[in-house]
Amino acid sequence: MELFIQQLLNGLTVGSVYSLVALGLTLVYGILHIPNFAHGALYMMGGYVTLTAMTKLGMPYGLAIVASMAAVGLLGVLMERLVFYPLRNAPPLHDKIAAIGILLFLEAFAQFVWGADYQTMPTPYGDVVTVFGFTLTIQRILIIASAVIIMILLYLFLKKTFIGASIIAMAQNREGANLVGINTNKVAMLTFFLSGSLAALAASLASPINLVFPGMGHLVILKAFVIIILGGMGSIPGAIVGGYILGFSESLGATYVSNDYKDIIAFAILVIILTVKPNGLFAKEGR
Amino acid sequence: MFLRVERLTKRFGGLLAVNDVTFSIEQGKINAIIGPNGAGKSTFFNLISGLHRPTSGTITFKGRDITRLPANERAKLGIARTFQTTHLFEQATVMDNVIIGHRLRTSSNLFDAILRTKRHRREEQACKEKAMEVLDFVGLTDVADRMVANLSQEQKKRAAFALALATDPELVLLDEPAAGINPDETEGLEELIVNMVQRGLTVCLIEHKMSMIMKIADRIMVLNYGEKIAEGTPEEVKNNEAVIQAYLGGSAIA
Amino acid sequence: MAILEKRRLWLAALIAAAILFPLFVANGYYVHMMTISFIWMIAVYGLNLFAGYTGYLSLAHAGFFAIGAYALGILTVKAGWPFWLAFAAACLLTTLIGVFVGLVALRTKEHFFAIYTLCVGYIIYLIIDKWDSLTGGVRGFIGIPAPADIGPLSFQTPAAQYYLVLFFLLVVVWIMHRLVYSLTGRTYIAIRNSEELALTLGISTMKNKLASFVLSVFFTSLAGALYASFIRFLGPDIAYVSVMFDFLTYLLVGGIGTLAGPVVGTLLVTFLSQQLQFLQDYRMLIFGPVLTLLIIFYPHGIAGGIIRLKAKRGEARRLQLEARQASAELAAASRQERSERYAKEG
Ligand SMILES: Nc1ncnc2c1ncn2[C@@H]1O[C@H](COP(=O)(O)OP(=O)(O)OP(=O)(O)O)[C@@H](O)[C@H]1O
Ligand SMILES: [Mg+2]
Repeated sequence: MELFIQQLLNGLTVGSVYSLVALGLTLVYGILHIPNFAHGALYMMGGYVTLTAMTKLGMPYGLAIVASMAAVGLLGVLMERLVFYPLRNAPPLHDKIAAIGILLFLEAFAQFVWGADYQTMPTPYGDVVTVFGFTLTIQRILIIASAVIIMILLYLFLKKTFIGASIIAMAQNREGANLVGINTNKVAMLTFFLSGSLAALAASLASPINLVFPGMGHLVILKAFVIIILGGMGSIPGAIVGGYILGFSESLGATYVSNDYKDIIAFAILVIILTVKPNGLFAKEGR
Repeated sequence: MFLRVERLTKRFGGLLAVNDVTFSIEQGKINAIIGPNGAGKSTFFNLISGLHRPTSGTITFKGRDITRLPANERAKLGIARTFQTTHLFEQATVMDNVIIGHRLRTSSNLFDAILRTKRHRREEQACKEKAMEVLDFVGLTDVADRMVANLSQEQKKRAAFALALATDPELVLLDEPAAGINPDETEGLEELIVNMVQRGLTVCLIEHKMSMIMKIADRIMVLNYGEKIAEGTPEEVKNNEAVIQAYLGGSAIA
Repeated sequence: MAILEKRRLWLAALIAAAILFPLFVANGYYVHMMTISFIWMIAVYGLNLFAGYTGYLSLAHAGFFAIGAYALGILTVKAGWPFWLAFAAACLLTTLIGVFVGLVALRTKEHFFAIYTLCVGYIIYLIIDKWDSLTGGVRGFIGIPAPADIGPLSFQTPAAQYYLVLFFLLVVVWIMHRLVYSLTGRTYIAIRNSEELALTLGISTMKNKLASFVLSVFFTSLAGALYASFIRFLGPDIAYVSVMFDFLTYLLVGGIGTLAGPVVGTLLVTFLSQQLQFLQDYRMLIFGPVLTLLIIFYPHGIAGGIIRLKAKRGEARRLQLEARQASAELAAASRQERSERYAKEG
């Protein structure tokens, strides 16, 4: 039983990271209807920028995260302006291939600047505490707490502010949004900014546990895709719930099935879902 | 009964795009469907041609229940259609576009293609001849070798007609054939549609251009918010109170 | 007809050049590079059939390439099968897996298909990487034999292997050529153009997509098996995203959905990569942006660009001709009118 609860806590931590990444991905999908294969590269850049800000610029952990969120957010905007915007009317094949180009460029870039080694990110929150008889590091509590806070803030932003409402409106109907006078360009840029920031936050929170390296985004992004298919492409609550479901299944699977193959769990879930429901779990009525 | 839909309903989430419509398409006539934008006309076509599954209701074609039949099977039974936006392959010639229209009447496969069997040669020839025949019928023989991208809007519509006719259909569904076309050319299209019926085809037509509908349609069904609000001859429909209300509420009759 | 003749001449010249290449280029390194390029071309033709002509981006093809390669390795080394039996079995096995993947994957559309195949590719990579006892895992798989002799034909020298690979490449190109200009090829193109239209034209899109996908997997597995017997060492990396990316780059530079594209793109990019060898691990710093820029500004690639240019020129010539004819008629008409008027007045 104790092991089980320990694993649940574990799942909660991992799930928080997944949810943050999936949120960014689903926001972009909702607005622009592109699966951003380069999202994992944003995650990776987030890890490196935070690390560099801490080790080279001597920033404290918290400040470094904020700096990283801003930097990677801007990188996302740049990506939207330079690549996805020019491709908005191109055949669907094109934006995916372009995204793969960006992904490999950013990875080579990271390797060029920071090297191929695995690097550890120091955290001031490495201490172990005991809560209700369970031991866990403060870092894990931090991950869970910040994820929840950010999700609540994001929710408030989308529901209570005008610009947030525009994002929702545009996700539902792009032409309609254009008609009622929403600046769709601005909304698209903002969405990419949010998406990049969320990825940077997730990477910065997870890195003290998982290490920083050029390929750190691969698995995460693939799993984020699984999550948003699980939760419905473009759905915000779906990304959150899906992230935690995958987090729990993985940490339980690692304990009770096989640690070696735990990464396959996500893809097995995906294969099963798409086999049964080819348009995703919560596909809107279509063909 | 040629084609009959019974209590047909299509729901998109909370939206009833087609709501409890009962209607039959009469053989050898020009049947028309009109209604304001978003009334569910194209959705109705999608249901008949099989691109959408109805939420409820049945479709029978020549006595056979085709409600659950996939779109490609319906085409083989003789239901052809055009789209509001032509969907043609712009970067290929008219001929190359139209040849594929007769593919459903052929059976050669991958191996026939690679080995260039007799069957493949015979069927390829048949497809070419069919394409030539329908291009002649719609009056595009001259531009058969031209790139679709370089055609006028009206020529593209004619090419789409040709593609539909190449399937050897009995029923042709035309979704707004005259949209974006000037009045002179519209007359040409009217003539073409009348010709099709004289050849023994049955036509069902969606159109916003009222002058055209009033001139060539034998029967009209009016949809509004997915519901059938009227049905009858052009004369009857023109004077129908509900129809006038619907169009005054939305956009006026053109 | 003249155009066809010219094209045939070109083709014959190209094939002759390819056959003579090892005789005139003494440098073994170039023969080696050329053989590898041919293997890539076969794989890229596989990708081209499905992405270029049928319109679906499969990101699992590097995985199929790897399955073909590993299957050959395992069957020859671990199971001790005769080479050519193992070769055929490797391609068949991969193709069979392709059938199963296709049956499920092809029910999904567009984005879902790309994501799905990306995940399938990753599963293949993970399995190769983790199944140590079978694949050697990260340590790699060694000791794959070179192709066995067929009667008097021996494939022990690099030049002989070059000809073997060239033979398979020519077969693949021949099949592609026949296919593209056939009713079946036209059917694939119709599906690429608009699946809805194809359906309403009575085409069974599922059946056709599956056939195209399976043939495309077969080509790719063939390339994988050839790769294994030529390089004779395998690592899990060949199933990885970066190999997928290489395939895509070759295809896009050459021209997606064209017959010449895979050859042109692969030759050009491998040649450029040679020039940029000093970059090594960082070559993606250049090729990443190149691919992205290409897809934004020049999505048709080299072969596609040339085809378009020719089509445009043909169209322009036709219009010019028509215009000249029309103006001649007009001039004739006005001349006649004038002379009639003179006749009346005079
Ligand atoms: N695939 C779909 N998913 C969700 N909603 C749809 C879909 N197709 C159509 N609709 C909705 O159904 C309604 C009817 O649309 P439809 O295209 O049938 O109208 P229409 O009568 O053809 O209009 P128009 O004259 O503008 O062509 C519209 O509100 C439209 O937004
Ligand atoms: Mg419509």
